[in-house]
Amino acid sequence: MTHQNWIDFKPGIWQDQINVRDFIQTNYTEYTGDSSFLASATKRTSDLMEKVQALFKLERQRDGVLDIDTKTVTSLTSYMPGYIDKDNELIVGLQTDAPLKRGVNPFGGIRMARQACSSYGYTLGEKIEEEFRYRTTHNDGVFRAYTDEMRLARRCHVITGLPDAYGRGRIIGDYRRVALYGVDALIEQKKKDKAQLDKKDFTAEKIQLSEELYRQILFLGYLKEMAQMYGYDISQPAKDTKEAVQWTYFAYLGAIKEQNGAAMSLGRVSTFFDIYIERDIKNGILTEQDAQEIIDDFVIKLRLARHLRTPEYNQLFGGDPMWITEAIGGMGCDGRTLVSKTSFRILNTLYTLGPAPEPNLTVLWSVNLPDGFKKFCAEVSQDTDSIQYENDDLMRDLHGDDYAIACCVSAMTIGKQMQFFGARCNLAKLLLIALNGGYDTTSDIHIGPQMSVLEGKKLDYNAVMERYKIYLSWIAHLYVNTMNIIHFMHDKYAYEKLQMALHDSDVERFMAFGIAGLSVVADSLSAIKFAEVYPVKDSNGFIVDFTTQGEFPKFGNDDDRVDLIAKEMTHLFITELRKTPTYRNAVHTLSVLTITSNVMYGKNTGSTPDGRKASEPFAPGANPMHGREENGALASLNSVAKISYDDCRDGISNTFSITPQALGNDREDRTENLVSILDGYFAKKAHHINVNVLNRETLIKAFESPEDYPNLTIRVSGYAVNFNKLSREMQREVISRTFHERI
Amino acid sequence: MNGRIHSFQSLGAVDGPGVRFTVFLQGCNLRCKCCHNPDTHNFDGGYEYSPEEVLKKALNYREYFGKKGGITLSGGEPLLQAEFVYELFSLCKTHNIHTCLDTSGSIINPCVKKLLTVSDFVLLDIKYTDDSLYLENAGCSLYKVLDFLELLEEKQIKTVLRQVIIPTLNDNTQNIQKLKEIASAYKCVEKIELLPFKKMCSTKYEALKIPFPFGHLPEATPEQVEKLQNML
Repeated sequence: MTHQNWIDFKPGIWQDQINVRDFIQTNYTEYTGDSSFLASATKRTSDLMEKVQALFKLERQRDGVLDIDTKTVTSLTSYMPGYIDKDNELIVGLQTDAPLKRGVNPFGGIRMARQACSSYGYTLGEKIEEEFRYRTTHNDGVFRAYTDEMRLARRCHVITGLPDAYGRGRIIGDYRRVALYGVDALIEQKKKDKAQLDKKDFTAEKIQLSEELYRQILFLGYLKEMAQMYGYDISQPAKDTKEAVQWTYFAYLGAIKEQNGAAMSLGRVSTFFDIYIERDIKNGILTEQDAQEIIDDFVIKLRLARHLRTPEYNQLFGGDPMWITEAIGGMGCDGRTLVSKTSFRILNTLYTLGPAPEPNLTVLWSVNLPDGFKKFCAEVSQDTDSIQYENDDLMRDLHGDDYAIACCVSAMTIGKQMQFFGARCNLAKLLLIALNGGYDTTSDIHIGPQMSVLEGKKLDYNAVMERYKIYLSWIAHLYVNTMNIIHFMHDKYAYEKLQMALHDSDVERFMAFGIAGLSVVADSLSAIKFAEVYPVKDSNGFIVDFTTQGEFPKFGNDDDRVDLIAKEMTHLFITELRKTPTYRNAVHTLSVLTITSNVMYGKNTGSTPDGRKASEPFAPGANPMHGREENGALASLNSVAKISYDDCRDGISNTFSITPQALGNDREDRTENLVSILDGYFAKKAHHINVNVLNRETLIKAFESPEDYPNLTIRVSGYAVNFNKLSREMQREVISRTFHERI
Repeated sequence: MNGRIHSFQSLGAVDGPGVRFTVFLQGCNLRCKCCHNPDTHNFDGGYEYSPEEVLKKALNYREYFGKKGGITLSGGEPLLQAEFVYELFSLCKTHNIHTCLDTSGSIINPCVKKLLTVSDFVLLDIKYTDDSLYLENAGCSLYKVLDFLELLEEKQIKTVLRQVIIPTLNDNTQNIQKLKEIASAYKCVEKIELLPFKKMCSTKYEALKIPFPFGHLPEATPEQVEKLQNML
């Protein structure tokens, strides 16, 4: 197969099959230089950005929601085209007919949509209410099938954040396919795949797939229609840079019009775009300035992406993030770096457009990345606190060199793997439930195996572990079953037609479980093992607090005695989870990631043996508890690095804040030292790190006078947030986190 | 022989070149009135470690050292435990770990000379450029420190001169001028680093129930230090 728009591209198997990776490998130009070639923002970009900033301001003034279209159910073609400033936009397309106007997506659950509207002073349109009266949503389906125990587990918050009332997200369509092949070729391939099924036995699985392929094809058609409304025909491959970016963006836009998944990640587009940019520059039809301008315009569109959420949801996640994660850099399997000039250009948007939490710029770090790129990343981190780093050397082994990150830390090969998102289980709370023999004191709910409160004046480590394992095994079974129901129903009632159309028809699935409270559990078990922990009981004989006497090693000090407890916990849990089969034979994976919900998890958890009092926040993700690190930053990093990625294939999140003064004496030293720290941390086989280089005082000032810091962006747990969009409580928690300071 | 150690800092990014594992030794021969580590003065405090034990800890961090980093022995005064530091640094050398001393340079003896044979880098704290100020506020003579610097020159050990800028005492241009003159006389001196006098350590003095001799002096502002640094 060949196409006139592919002229000057090197041929390869990518022409005979849908294979973006092969196209990239055959055609990209690695870049090993520094950042000096970058262009700054043009006047057009700055003017457009100014309009967008004004809209952001208005949105903030209206409690975070500028406008809602309450009468239309969001889909690919349900809104007329929308623009910020039609004549001055290079890349077009908005989710609704106006910037920041939110659409309604009731497929996950009508109640959530209704609540979201009413909490911002709107009423969900009568027509939608009427329509969905006769329609089963994902949420309806799930609750029809939930058992009593599942409802209880949800109610007492031992398993929380489950995607049972909203879109599950965490699926990355290979949006690049639309640019490289055009939609018609993708439809052709899907038709072939569907025809292939003819020869198969039509089991339930095959019938399901057959219907899904039908719907995928249908939605590829809608995607073409959507682009047509904006005046573009995307049935054929993109012919130049602008079209490649536009086609790719349309595909992403179609996905977020159709789905309101919690995390709607972008994938890995920079080096793909770079191939078009290089070709156009060589042909003299594009300059560096033009290239940056197109990338800038694309990123402006991504920064405008919104979903309608309830205020509770926004509070939990600190604003309304969409985790539009773009994976940047990394190495190829052949040893060449995948860093291209466009890897720089997309990071450069943090300067041309200013720092912002979205898109969630994620650098795939390898020890072998070119020095110029490493240095630029370290500079951007210091200047913007807006990027995160993940270990390419770990992930490439498992996912090849064309994977991306969904949400914060979930790796998947683009177009070939997807995941069933599963929030997390609060292991600290589970420990308390176990000690109380199946009773949760904070919610007054009896759940799990019922037995007597663990006996003894002083807690005995072996007795505690024996008891804890019974409950770990119980919750693992319940957790997998709950997830199976959720994803069965999501496939049935809120299937991601377009995103899955941009996958191979035969995909590998992960089922991503999660842990909250790892450092609390590790320190608690360490206290029980190495110090003396005496339970304090209420009048009913339930344990409600602990008196802990003596010293005990704490997670975050590079001390194996406790670090290995943390590591063992993740191993125990994933081993238990694997014992229960999953829906569609998904591979069990596990993450240690709390997003910003560590505050909420803490709120719902009683006092723990490590000395943490009831309702005090947990540390985020896999972080050590604040203020317990006594040997400095690297000791803390080493502790986290001991948690094995083999047990936690869905990611291990660590958030690291350091003051500029502690990082080095001058900018050059700081840059070099940050590079050394990242190299060292990842050489230790650690998985992820958020880097903030800032002073606590800056955050305190922003806490006190938010109006002076409208764009202060910081990394929290797998993503970045606008500090001002965090709740007061979360702001306080972020301020209280460990800042590695100069002593 | 074993050493007495006050504490470890796994990330020393301002204690010599690159990222360093910093060991704070216990015990000091001086009583500088500006000292920010009074808890390291007493030789009886701290914990005992063998050179092998410290090396083992340092090796946990070698992945972070990059091309320039390594281990830094600070204190307290590392020259007071020169024998121990010599053994530790010798072990480091066998593992290709870059070694750095953070010292007042106030002790010269055969052990110290031997230690310098395994020291790659020295952060030399030159507290004042005036001998009487030195004697009064540190209890040591400027000339002793210059003798030490002479020794570093002889052994061609790369050196950074460090000085804490203390308002009213050495925050003047004459001092900076003299510092510059000293530095230019020694080829081993790579640069001069000025640090602001800070009083964050006053809580340490309170905890130890000893007076902070310079507690009454104002802190130096970053701008002040930057201005002086620019004169160098």
